[in-house]
Amino acid sequence: MTHLDRLRYVFRVSLGLPDDADVDDLEYRAIPQWDSLAHMALVAAIEDEFDTMIDTDEMIDMSSFAKAVLLLEKHGADAAS
Amino acid sequence: MSVFTLTEAEREAALLPRLVALTERHRRSCPPYHGILEAIGSAGPYARVADLPWLPVRLFKTHELRSVPEEQVFRVLTSSGTTGQTPSRVYLDREAAATQPRMLAATLRVVLGERRLPMLIVDSRSVTRDPTLSARGAGVLGMMHFGRDHTFALDEHGRLEGVSVERFLARHGGEPFLIFGFTFMTWLHLRGLGLDLSHGVLIHSGGWKKLAEQAVDNAEYRRRLGEECGLTRVHDFYGMVEQIGTIFLEGPDGDGLYCPDFANVVIRDPETWEEAPPGVPGLIEVVSTLPTSYPGHVLLTEDLGVVHGVDDGAWPGKRFSVLGRLPRAEARGCSDTFGQAVA
Repeated sequence: MTHLDRLRYVFRVSLGLPDDADVDDLEYRAIPQWDSLAHMALVAAIEDEFDTMIDTDEMIDMSSFAKAVLLLEKHGADAAS
Repeated sequence: MSVFTLTEAEREAALLPRLVALTERHRRSCPPYHGILEAIGSAGPYARVADLPWLPVRLFKTHELRSVPEEQVFRVLTSSGTTGQTPSRVYLDREAAATQPRMLAATLRVVLGERRLPMLIVDSRSVTRDPTLSARGAGVLGMMHFGRDHTFALDEHGRLEGVSVERFLARHGGEPFLIFGFTFMTWLHLRGLGLDLSHGVLIHSGGWKKLAEQAVDNAEYRRRLGEECGLTRVHDFYGMVEQIGTIFLEGPDGDGLYCPDFANVVIRDPETWEEAPPGVPGLIEVVSTLPTSYPGHVLLTEDLGVVHGVDDGAWPGKRFSVLGRLPRAEARGCSDTFGQAVA
């Protein structure tokens, strides 16, 4: 799996979305499932999946799937996958 | 990186133009606010932050105060404050909603650092699941963003789960970790643990009313938690939903609450409304540049406070304490005037 597919999978599992849900355009709080509590679970799941540490500011700025992709790439996930 | 850098004079110079601009912005965009300023004859120019017109905080319970069109409202925050009261309603657009957690993070960075620390919460997990989200639940949830490996010290019935706490300390007790809870809860539960919390940073809030009934003041609280748990890094904070994202944080020496660079307090004599000098208690007015989508940038609270000193502590600016709530009857005079003005 590419890092993008792994990230999509983490999003679906953390937010309780169906396996075929399109998550690429998701934004924080735009759907009821992605609330503040789910955001923390999501960040923890991303940290586990990609073995990385996300700082407070990065967590606050991760307000969409697209921003999560940028964050992962900043942490070097593209090189690893 | 710290937001505790401005002396009182620098802060006044930095805040005045921004708060004046916000006053004019809200005057243009929020008709009830415009009505209030008309009614009290507040037109500027404003030479000092203390000259700016204030809104009594309770107006957010009774009036829809927003400076953005309804379709731009991204989140509506509510908080009941005291049980049984009508909740305040605070309207955030996307920009305000995005700014407030960033500024809260910037404020706490001075004591927590950049990293999300392992976090022990002196509460039950169930408070975060409450669908209506009590003020307590909202507070816990907000703080949880600053932590990782969240561990709740209390079970669903509010009983201490010593084993969970011991396991947490086995994992994280030798490195910096965050402890958060309401002041009374932390007092009640942390001392009984008999565990070494010396690497912890305790952040607490919620007020001293219940502890005052037991004759426990801040000095006693800090002394006992230091002696019995090894806690030396302890920070109270004061804030309210009507000025979301702005908190006043206790300094490292426990000598008062300090204002972040984008905020300040004015203590007012409740008889004359003049600014009270350091050492003289009065009503707390809180000012902040964060409320851009609603007129909450200059608010008169119903809390009594006192400034202890200016530019004389660990961080620059005013340091102050909250002394408790103004008895209800006394507060009525001012807010009735405002209530009638916007009716």
